[in-house]
Amino acid sequence: MDDYKNGVTRRQFMAGTIAAGVAASIPGQGLFKNAWALAPKKGGAMKLGLAGGSTTDSLDPATFSGVFDQMSSMGLYRNPFLELDRKGELHPELVTEWSAEPGAKVWNFKLRKDVEFHNGKAMDVDDAIFSINHHRGKDNKSQIASVVKPIKEIKKMGKYEFKIILEEASADFPYILSSTRMPCVPNGTTNFQDGMGTGGYIMKDWEPGVRAYGERNPNYFKEDKAFFDSVEIITMTDDTARTTALKTGQVDMINRPDRKTARLLGKMKGIQIINTPGGLTYTFPMRMDQKPYDNVDFRRAVKYSVDREALIKTILQGYGVPGNDIPVPSYVKYAANSIPQRQYDPDKVKFHLKKSGYQDEVVRLHVADMVYTGCVDTAQLWKEHATKAGLKMDVVKEANDGYWSKVWNKKPFCASFWYARPTVDWILSMTYVSGASANESNWKVPSFDKLVKEARAELNDEKRKVLYFELQKILHEDGSVVIPMIANIVDAASDKIGFNPVAGNVELDGLRACERWWFKS
Amino acid sequence: MDFLIPLILKRTGFAFLTLFTISILIFVGVEALPGDTAEAILGQGATKENVAALRKELKLDMPVHTRYISWLGDLCQGELGNSLSNGRPVSEMIGWRFKNTLLLASSAAVVSIPLAILLGLICALYQNSWLDKILSTSTLSAISLPEFFVAYLLIVVFVVQFELFPSVAVLKSGMAISEIINILVLPCLTLTLVVLAHMMRMTRATIIGVLSSPYIEMARLKGVRKHKVIFYHALPNALSPIINVVVMDLAWLVVGVVVVEVVFVYPGLGQLLVDSVSKRDIPVVQTSGLIFACTYIFLNLTADVLSIISNPKLRHPK
Repeated sequence: MDDYKNGVTRRQFMAGTIAAGVAASIPGQGLFKNAWALAPKKGGAMKLGLAGGSTTDSLDPATFSGVFDQMSSMGLYRNPFLELDRKGELHPELVTEWSAEPGAKVWNFKLRKDVEFHNGKAMDVDDAIFSINHHRGKDNKSQIASVVKPIKEIKKMGKYEFKIILEEASADFPYILSSTRMPCVPNGTTNFQDGMGTGGYIMKDWEPGVRAYGERNPNYFKEDKAFFDSVEIITMTDDTARTTALKTGQVDMINRPDRKTARLLGKMKGIQIINTPGGLTYTFPMRMDQKPYDNVDFRRAVKYSVDREALIKTILQGYGVPGNDIPVPSYVKYAANSIPQRQYDPDKVKFHLKKSGYQDEVVRLHVADMVYTGCVDTAQLWKEHATKAGLKMDVVKEANDGYWSKVWNKKPFCASFWYARPTVDWILSMTYVSGASANESNWKVPSFDKLVKEARAELNDEKRKVLYFELQKILHEDGSVVIPMIANIVDAASDKIGFNPVAGNVELDGLRACERWWFKS
Repeated sequence: MDFLIPLILKRTGFAFLTLFTISILIFVGVEALPGDTAEAILGQGATKENVAALRKELKLDMPVHTRYISWLGDLCQGELGNSLSNGRPVSEMIGWRFKNTLLLASSAAVVSIPLAILLGLICALYQNSWLDKILSTSTLSAISLPEFFVAYLLIVVFVVQFELFPSVAVLKSGMAISEIINILVLPCLTLTLVVLAHMMRMTRATIIGVLSSPYIEMARLKGVRKHKVIFYHALPNALSPIINVVVMDLAWLVVGVVVVEVVFVYPGLGQLLVDSVSKRDIPVVQTSGLIFACTYIFLNLTADVLSIISNPKLRHPK
């Protein structure tokens, strides 16, 4: 419902159809999709003020580190192979058809035949295989090297067909092809800085950490996307600079408006806040291999010691939902939304503390300002809640520099965050399986690993649902990561910008706002 | 005056020694920080394997002294190296940004220096009058406020309230001069307000000091007009300390403008330096650091030479 708070419902009324009026009260069901799929208009030079760029960015997909480089590639100059929509479903993009052979170990993919790169070269299977192989290999530095490791072999089956053979069965494998880090690049590219791709906008200027500029690709293979004539992304790290630029019309949209002032910003004439329930999970991993976190009752005590509603209200300013200590946001397929929401419960804290025998233990929570806005405040608030419930807690403020190398994945209890991956299997395999490098809580339960593997190979929908429910329940009860909040994605744009219901997996409509949004007039 | 040449030569020699020491200090400093470029780039996604692979590619697995010597060797051949984070030549990244920073610094200097000296003179002339007090208080307030706060204040007044100037100062190639000036007004004004007090009050203090000398009293008794006393008799003798202050602030204008660059989104060298340090991008940090060091050394040398030239006692040493 929040998507439409700032103007779209009024528009529906003005359009005058009863269907639209009814549809407007059903958040995003797509029942009357045509009635409210607003008619996009072509044209206009769009300017986007973006937080999250750095002068050290590069256009090499293997080393994407922030929003600026990923957005330049994902939303402007290049395309992923499959598109992920707001409901977590896959749609054809460069790959038109995909299917698994029985056993889910071998997957067949068919490519589009009419796609051209900006330099006129036609895209075919060699480009696809090269783009995937760029992240594979023994000494590969890519951020998604571990994600593509299950690929045993890629076989070329024709000019537009290829087959991927996996080490073990995986029912969700195609989701990997929707990754923001695996766009299609021309076969044999060595210099990725030329921004060559198949995307809706052709690179005219790209200065890392400063500016990305693209002009509409007249040859774009999608007829129903990329409406702006040109797009300019300007890096604006300072919150005030970004907000002022939007207020004064120097840019048309921004990401990450300061939550504390977002409401006021939305009230201003000509500005709309785009608030989408999303996948930004704030996690607090407890290292299961370090005392006292090896004791399941102590872990439970810690989980009951935080007032989640209070955190949503104070830290997220209402822009979020309470987390249930499960790393799967509600919109992801197979999310166990029926598990009752854990509440702040001082009695249960005392009960579990007593059972664990660690009543006098002082919990030390390591945080830093740079993890996310409000990280240190969250810890301070939690300390209040915990102390009232009888759990002794200390907040340790760490230096911003080197947090990800010295604190995260090392200290017994710290703060972290994840943009939830599109499938339950991906989330669990990346962070909750023994030996996974991003296993921030060092969760090592062999029966859990076995279940994950079983669910990954299972192609039957009902059976998968049961397995994933079981896995999420285990994490909810015994897990070693506290997940108190899942933040909404909040962006801001001028009223002149139009869009269809927005995806919440990452900011700015899954980083594809440049090709999905348009100027209303 | 021909003793100036050996002086300059001697100072240049020291300059090279200083630069060499600074380069070692920067290297050691960045190494001492936790993590390295590979970890910084990969961030949360760093696994043991891909960090090792990236390190190998960036040649970070070689020992410290090997890397330093190879960098030094390249430098002596005029090769500034490539950025570790995106492989682009450092000269390409730094060249145009340094020009931008110089543009901003020099435009701020062109406005603030004459203004500061003029105001300082006026304050000295009308010492302890209400004009003097108002000028002193307001400039001291401006210098006490953090630069970003001054910047925000200016933005609120001139961009939001009166919509006179843009708040985003992104320079693009091929912009008209009038457009560039329009963009630079607010950052320039911010910098001016921040450095004004220092130069103005130093000028004022020095002039007042000189005004109490006997030869000034003589000039007054002779009936020389007040403004002539100040301009022709007092000011030349007060130049030395004033030049020192001006040069110190000039150096700060080049080196210390990171905050202003960030607030106004101005693509200068300061922002590059901050980003490069957080990614431990040593080649970029080294080159930026050395550029800043050169700026300071050069400006200091200029200040000393000008001081000597403007002081007859030093010009003709007995």
